[in-house]
Amino acid sequence: MRTFSMGGIHPPENKISAGKAIEQVPLPAQVAILLNQHSGAPAVPVVQRGDRVKTGQLIAEAAGYISANIHSSVTGKVLKLDEVYDASGYRCQAVIIEVEPADEWTEEVVLNSTLKRDCTLSPEEIIQKIKEAGVVGMGGASFPSHVKLSPPPGTKPEVLIVNAAECEPYLTSDHQLMLEKGMEIIVGTKITMMALKVNRAVIAIENNKPDAITLLERLAIPYSQIDVMPLAVHYPQGGEKQLIEAVLGRHVPSGALPVVTGAIVLNVGSIFANYEAVQKNKPVIDRVVCVTGKSVKKPGNYLCRIGTSVQDLIDFAGGMPDSTAKVISGGPMMGKALINTQVPVTKGTSGVLLMDGNEAHRNEVYNCIRCGDCIEACPMGLEPYLLMSLSELSEWEAMEKECIMNCIECGCCSYVCPSNRPLLDHLRVGKFKVGAIIRGRKNQ
Amino acid sequence: MNVILIAVIVLGGTGIILASVIFLTAKKFRVYEDPRIDEVQNVLPGANCGGCAYPGCRNFAEACVKSESLDGLLCPVGGNDVMKSVASLLGREVVEADPLVAVLRCNGTCANRPKTSRYEGVSSCMAASLLYGGDTACTYGCLGMGDCVTVCQFDALYIDKETGLPVVDEAKCTSCGACVRACPRHLFELRKKGPKSRRIFVSCMNKDKGALARKACSVACIACGKCEQVCTFDAISIKDNLAYIDYNACRLCRKCVEACPTNSIWELNFPPRKKAAEQEVSATKAETGKDATTV
Repeated sequence: MRTFSMGGIHPPENKISAGKAIEQVPLPAQVAILLNQHSGAPAVPVVQRGDRVKTGQLIAEAAGYISANIHSSVTGKVLKLDEVYDASGYRCQAVIIEVEPADEWTEEVVLNSTLKRDCTLSPEEIIQKIKEAGVVGMGGASFPSHVKLSPPPGTKPEVLIVNAAECEPYLTSDHQLMLEKGMEIIVGTKITMMALKVNRAVIAIENNKPDAITLLERLAIPYSQIDVMPLAVHYPQGGEKQLIEAVLGRHVPSGALPVVTGAIVLNVGSIFANYEAVQKNKPVIDRVVCVTGKSVKKPGNYLCRIGTSVQDLIDFAGGMPDSTAKVISGGPMMGKALINTQVPVTKGTSGVLLMDGNEAHRNEVYNCIRCGDCIEACPMGLEPYLLMSLSELSEWEAMEKECIMNCIECGCCSYVCPSNRPLLDHLRVGKFKVGAIIRGRKNQ
Repeated sequence: MNVILIAVIVLGGTGIILASVIFLTAKKFRVYEDPRIDEVQNVLPGANCGGCAYPGCRNFAEACVKSESLDGLLCPVGGNDVMKSVASLLGREVVEADPLVAVLRCNGTCANRPKTSRYEGVSSCMAASLLYGGDTACTYGCLGMGDCVTVCQFDALYIDKETGLPVVDEAKCTSCGACVRACPRHLFELRKKGPKSRRIFVSCMNKDKGALARKACSVACIACGKCEQVCTFDAISIKDNLAYIDYNACRLCRKCVEACPTNSIWELNFPPRKKAAEQEVSATKAETGKDATTV
């Protein structure tokens, strides 16, 4: 079974909500739609306080090339444009809408769920539609898809890799999406291949999802250009560079764009969003969020509108257990601990994980015993123990030489450390400082 | 005897040859260095703190000797006294600068700013601020983990255990600016020490709207504009929901301190006010009769 060669770990999978059918979360009373749900510049609002908006209506326009449109996920009145806490605990601009109980969709959205296979649009038209629908990477990084689909001149994509690894423990939203929307995903893959002008696609799935692999393999039979590739379970296989290596055996050089290897990687959720955007004219206004945790009463995969608060989701999943000590947006490895549960769901929210005190607790830190486990675990070939010492000593230039900018912040080093050292925290500080130094140098 | 003689001749000869090589090399590749650089360096404090914006005291001394006037060159640690000796060494005009001191623009003590979450990560303000908005509802205020204390070479900062905030020891602060650079929230500012060390500044950096700021912290600046109105010297400006007092225009009249409804403007080293003292007495009298009010 294929996988990437360097480092990586295999934490307990804990896929508690696997196989739970996608359930629709009822419309909340109010939604807060953040304007920086994507990487790049925050979108610029085009609605005002008091406006009535329909479901699917554009409420904020992309500001610049690396940015994405944002649409209203509900029908209702714009209460205000205000700042709310996002998942990082900082305040950020949002459009707050009071929800009307009945949805009124914009005219162009096709609401039936019949599969539409044929697409006669040109690649440019497809990318334009994806751009208008505000599709971003739904795996968590939230990079605007239209930018990925328009690789810089001089590079030639050869193969589309659909990232369905879902290597994070606990999370199952992509898995369930594949089981229920398999055909749409296949058609979405085909459309994305047309947009990229490539004639090969690989849907990469870790083999802890045998049902999804079997289903997609069967559905892909009529499409000779689409392969389904099972991969060994190995975190962080969903990382772009790791996935390219696992599928194609090619390394992305340090500092280069992944497209130089000829591969474009898109999350399976984004592929589904591409299908809906192109074939159904439906912008990204909802997504599957997996609410999970060992003490959650009703763990499951819930289809909710963007802007629904995490609290609403938790309530729908049976309420917050008393033992909860930490609420994480995303998976346990790379997710962010939330400072309150009023944080809204964004396009990149793949899961909400509730942990009790024992699970979430950080253990006592001991001295480094130079065992080298972190070096073995690092999927980027770095030396985390060394980088941590350098970070503590503020040796930023030395950190740059040790390739800190290659760190993907996957957390494998902190996970394996027998002395419980907070390696990732220090690496992140170093990455930030070195990044600032590099930017300063470029500006000079 | 013969053996000793040979040894002396061989070793002595080699020594003389090598010495002349060294001598000639030293002559040939001699780098002329202005002797005044050494002299200036001897006058400087030798803290190598970087407060002058040069990497170390030697580089600063070089810059002093090379530049034509001492304008803009200041050793904050040595202050005007050291700059005077540097000027007399180099025979230049001394440019006097007002002494500065670091001030912390946050008063979010444990009592003023309730905690909303618990942080378990690395005890470093930088790491915490990269991770999230902080363990209180104020995303602008002090994180209290003491990155500033760690970088201070002069022992001029310590964390007050009761308030959880760093405190500047004015006598020790050399205004080198290390804390200004270290604070991820940019809470330190170098302000003029002022006559008799009297200073007035807004002790808050919260740029949220008034209601939110107030909810997060009881002594936050809510940008109500009262201080701007009472100031007769146009020293106060409000930008991004935050008042700022320009220390060049401020005449230390303290009207703004009285006007501020949230006590976010601080006065330091002033003698107690007569009026205020009287008011306090009457307030305490009133308190004994009625419910306690905040003073």
